[in-house]
Amino acid sequence: MKTLKLKKEDLNEFLLNVKEYGELWGPKKKGDVYIYDRIVELKNLVKESVTTFLPIKKLFLPPRFSMFHYDGKTYTENIDSTEKRIVYGVPACEIHSLLIFDRVFGHTYKDPYYFRRRENTTIIALSCIPCERCFCQSTKTQVIDEGFDLALTDLGDFYLIWVGTSKGDDLVRLAPKLFSENIMQKDIQKYIKWRATRDSKFEEVLDFQILPDIMDLNYESPIWDEFAEKCLSCGACTMVCPTCNCYDVIDEIELKDSSVERERYWDSCMFKEYSMVAGGHNFRESKAERLKLWYTHKLKSFTGAYGKPSCVGCGRCVVTCPVDINVLSVVKALLTGKVDKNSLNTGKINE
Amino acid sequence: MNNPFFPEPARIVRKYELTTDVKFFQIRFIDKERAISFDYKPGQFMMFSIPGTGEAPFSISSTPSRPGLLEFCIRKTGRLTEALFKLQENDNIDIRGPYGNGFPIERMGKFDLFIIMGGLGAAPLRSLILYVLDNRELFGKLYLLYGARRPSDMLFRKEVFEFIGREDIECLLTVEKDDKGAWPGYMGVVTSLFDKIEDIKSENTFACVCGPPIMYKFVLEKLIGLNIPKHQILMTLERRMKCGIGKCGHCAIEDIYTCMDGPVFSYWDVLHMKELI
Repeated sequence: MKTLKLKKEDLNEFLLNVKEYGELWGPKKKGDVYIYDRIVELKNLVKESVTTFLPIKKLFLPPRFSMFHYDGKTYTENIDSTEKRIVYGVPACEIHSLLIFDRVFGHTYKDPYYFRRRENTTIIALSCIPCERCFCQSTKTQVIDEGFDLALTDLGDFYLIWVGTSKGDDLVRLAPKLFSENIMQKDIQKYIKWRATRDSKFEEVLDFQILPDIMDLNYESPIWDEFAEKCLSCGACTMVCPTCNCYDVIDEIELKDSSVERERYWDSCMFKEYSMVAGGHNFRESKAERLKLWYTHKLKSFTGAYGKPSCVGCGRCVVTCPVDINVLSVVKALLTGKVDKNSLNTGKINE
Repeated sequence: MNNPFFPEPARIVRKYELTTDVKFFQIRFIDKERAISFDYKPGQFMMFSIPGTGEAPFSISSTPSRPGLLEFCIRKTGRLTEALFKLQENDNIDIRGPYGNGFPIERMGKFDLFIIMGGLGAAPLRSLILYVLDNRELFGKLYLLYGARRPSDMLFRKEVFEFIGREDIECLLTVEKDDKGAWPGYMGVVTSLFDKIEDIKSENTFACVCGPPIMYKFVLEKLIGLNIPKHQILMTLERRMKCGIGKCGHCAIEDIYTCMDGPVFSYWDVLHMKELI
């Protein structure tokens, strides 16, 4: 892979050039959280790696959008008008989540709503140092070798840059004089040191490869009921999860002309109606069944089918769940056979 | 980019009542070429689209061996079926498909077929029965056991009564209740018909089951008792589906999607994936 160097003070100028190529998107501070948003002024872009509140999936499948317009006679596809976009600052775990989405939305039938946005989007990945809530070393998603156009590793006063695609190469060519091909031995040593430092920050590494077996063995375990007692079925875990792709569809009728928008919006398997069929039969009536579905899908089924869990270790569920049911607490309970009561919040919302 | 979610225009050719809450629909694609060339497998389903109401999956009840018209047997259970029942003959309906794996027809060739259906379970299995009757030389013996609550709940009554006495199919019909006392067939649940069938060559038999959830447990016990291999016991299952093409997630069970890897599953699949039935 082509590698380059970019001086830190030149990043702004590079991004200004990038803005000529298409809309620039990236993390921005909003209230107490970071969000992915369109960057009009570079001063609003957070240049360091951060975990955004909602994952990058919202750029490819917005929480709600119209698939078709029906005018009373025929359906017209609502073709996404997204201009060319460049997203800066995407961490490795989210690149992995997009690779998972590519697989899900490209399997047999290609989902045009996802892939049109995917094709219009250029990704500039950014290295990160693990925070206390993330566990991407356990899910083996701390390193990327595909799924980005450019990847930046922040080495203090400069970035090492991996050019992943020809589109990435195009970006570099927007301002070729900013980049240097002269990577020296001391730069390589600096990178090796950075990797070691980064890897040393992971406090705990959990064995995700054993989970398919453990989940089979724990199928009837009481831990599911214990978690279910706490679960609020709020669905927040699924909304913030970068690999949750479930959606529902509803037809919205415009009163003035009876036209219809067929809208697609994020759904959650934690919601009671998720598996309910016409006539009222519910295949997953209990919270325990629904929790089990989510964790089985992420930690067992996906690993069985693709060799890796459908969890990228971003830690959003750890931060978000108000009663601390998350991949870490569930994996620990699966591996030890009991729920660590101290790790479960009785309900932060009451605090 | 081709949009697989795009509903295709079709027309309701015929619509009539099968029972008080089940209607029969004959549907034809507007595009003549599409209508004639449209191919599918018994056991597959289509998504129906009604603007303002949404989409829902329905098993195809017709056989691909009789091209041109698609047939469906639909019970009024929800919002979409309510809207669908209001549509009249010659009205437009948008459909897309066919989806799902369907029955493994190629593997079933030369085997005897033992079809057990209850109530609305006739909807997908009628496709298979008609397919076998149209391609009789490809299959071994054909047994059909059909149970309904009352005579008036039995779907395709005329059609199945005409099977009785035919040499290319052995058809046994039963009802649980007969208020009028005019029922000429058997009485009791569908499993009570098992005693009437002799010399099932288990190794050489595919059993195909569809019916209300309560039926499976008892029928499966009987089939296992007959020593029919687990992977030769097939059933078609229902799940909530919003897309039909493995994207929306609703019909996921472990690592499979009912819409893509099903809706036809073997008894082994059921034992293997605990949530299936």
